[in-house]
Amino acid sequence: MDVEQPKEFLLSIEGLSVSFDGFKAVNDLSLYVEENEIRVIIGPNGAGKTTVLDLICGRTRATEGSIRFRGKELTKLREHEIVHAGVGRKFQNPSIYEDLTVFENLELSFPRGRSVLGALTFRRDAEVINRVEEIAEMIFLKDHLETDAAILSHGQKQWLEIGMLLIQSPELLMLDEPVAGMSVSERLKTAELLNTIIKKHSVIVIEHDMKFVEDIAHRVTVLHQGKVLSEGSMERVQSDPKVIEVYLGH
Amino acid sequence: MSPALFLFRKREWIYFAILAFVLVIVFPSLFDNFRLNLIGKYLTYSFVALGLVLCWGYGGILSLGQGIFFGLGGYCMAMFLKLEASTPEATAIQSTPGIPDFMDWNQITSLPFWWEPFHSFTFTLFATIAVPVALAFIISVAMFKRRVGGVYFAIITQAIAAILTILIIGQQGYTGGVNGITDLRTLLGWDIRSDNARYVFYFICVALLLVSLIVAQFIRISKFGRLLIAMRDKEDRVRFSGYDVANFKIFIFCLAAALSAIGGAMFTLQVGFMSPSFVGIVPSIEMVIFCAVGGRLSIFGAIYGALLVNAAKTSLSETFPELWLFAMGGLFIAVVMVFPEGVAGLYRQHIEPLIVRGTSLLRIGKVRKPRPAAE
Repeated sequence: MDVEQPKEFLLSIEGLSVSFDGFKAVNDLSLYVEENEIRVIIGPNGAGKTTVLDLICGRTRATEGSIRFRGKELTKLREHEIVHAGVGRKFQNPSIYEDLTVFENLELSFPRGRSVLGALTFRRDAEVINRVEEIAEMIFLKDHLETDAAILSHGQKQWLEIGMLLIQSPELLMLDEPVAGMSVSERLKTAELLNTIIKKHSVIVIEHDMKFVEDIAHRVTVLHQGKVLSEGSMERVQSDPKVIEVYLGH
Repeated sequence: MSPALFLFRKREWIYFAILAFVLVIVFPSLFDNFRLNLIGKYLTYSFVALGLVLCWGYGGILSLGQGIFFGLGGYCMAMFLKLEASTPEATAIQSTPGIPDFMDWNQITSLPFWWEPFHSFTFTLFATIAVPVALAFIISVAMFKRRVGGVYFAIITQAIAAILTILIIGQQGYTGGVNGITDLRTLLGWDIRSDNARYVFYFICVALLLVSLIVAQFIRISKFGRLLIAMRDKEDRVRFSGYDVANFKIFIFCLAAALSAIGGAMFTLQVGFMSPSFVGIVPSIEMVIFCAVGGRLSIFGAIYGALLVNAAKTSLSETFPELWLFAMGGLFIAVVMVFPEGVAGLYRQHIEPLIVRGTSLLRIGKVRKPRPAAE
């Protein structure tokens, strides 16, 4: 049962299932992500895309199966432990602290002082400030550090949340619809941002915007009814009759 | 970079100084001993309100059971004072001399074992904080580790407040029942009912309050304070930023309990008794109202809130006793509907801008000619 995993996979999901009151949202799913890969997950509504991310980051508990990240079994860890292991998650709706400034949002995500005592004794030293400014530059918010996050535009909120992940320096980033609700120019900038990100991180993206998927994806996984329907390059997936059937068939 | 200096911003130092001035100099010179003792009593609720600012205002954890901790702190102190008042000589007429009078009335013939440690003043000081905090810890671990929050948590704290009241009233022989622990006389031989003692207790209370204020401010400006706001706003996000949210909630809830307990102990010392009427649902909700009226996001506001509402309560119930509950209800509705940030919010919106404009006008006036009034 316990097969030794080949080293090159950063994340290996095997036989993963979860059922909500008998409804199998994810059904015997297997998925492997390599180092420095951008993997895009697509699929019709209700295919279980977001649920897969929820399972990886510990928001939802798997009924069966395993999720191994660098040899660590994630299904047994709690959310913050999964973050400490190196997995960062961006939610579908921008999930930021609206009552705090951009600087404070990033600062809270800086991976130091995460215990009660650590938070009480945390000091905003040069290391923190430099890192926050560096990230703010990457996410195009350098001039908004003192702005309340609540008054940022929708696109800027999305970037801020990506920045909050980046400052954690996770090895794996999971982005749930990062360009939803963005203008064309914002979308281009986001693609550019993701392309810088992958130099250091692996990324799993859920996205509906096919143009965007084409721009960024190394490999695409198509989910349907909680299962992998097709997997491979964008062209391969797009010409797969099963995929066409699911997207256009009804 | 002395942290003490940066604890408050300049304006907050002024507020702190004003508050200290009012409490230490104005009140004692303005009021007689009786009124000062009343203010001291109001201030004991300020501790609770201060805890609620951190726990509820910042952390978003609404506790409708702060009376539990206020009461436990007060009871611990009262037990010590009661034992001191129950010397065998003073209680010679009882069938069992040397135990508190209410035990004797309830046919109890020996001091229960859990009363014994309260012969020691050191232990009592320790227990005053430790007992309420231990209970707060148990409650909060049980709730927050299971992610019970919001309204459910509020209801559970309220239920515990009710349970504790029923327990205290039911166990009359051990707790003094509905009358509470009364007829407290001396603290280490010093008559707590004397004018002198009341005067001293008032200042101890003020000193403790100012220290608590500094502790609260320290937390407010630390990263912990910003995390509290973040948790109130997006608890999930905090979790996925790598924090164990439950631990933070447990800490702040226990701290609020500790502050309430200090208030309770000071209450017992200044008022001279403790009873279940300060533990249950109604007093616990009143405490939330003190905090809400003062402004649940302002540590200074909480203190003024407790003072204002209690002063109103005293003067109203002196003149129209039956009106007080209606006034209280009306006040709560007004706070929620009209000024949700309380007195502190009103100050920030309407008075602070005037002061800022006033001082900047003065400053401009000094440096150069005032600009034309066109702008």
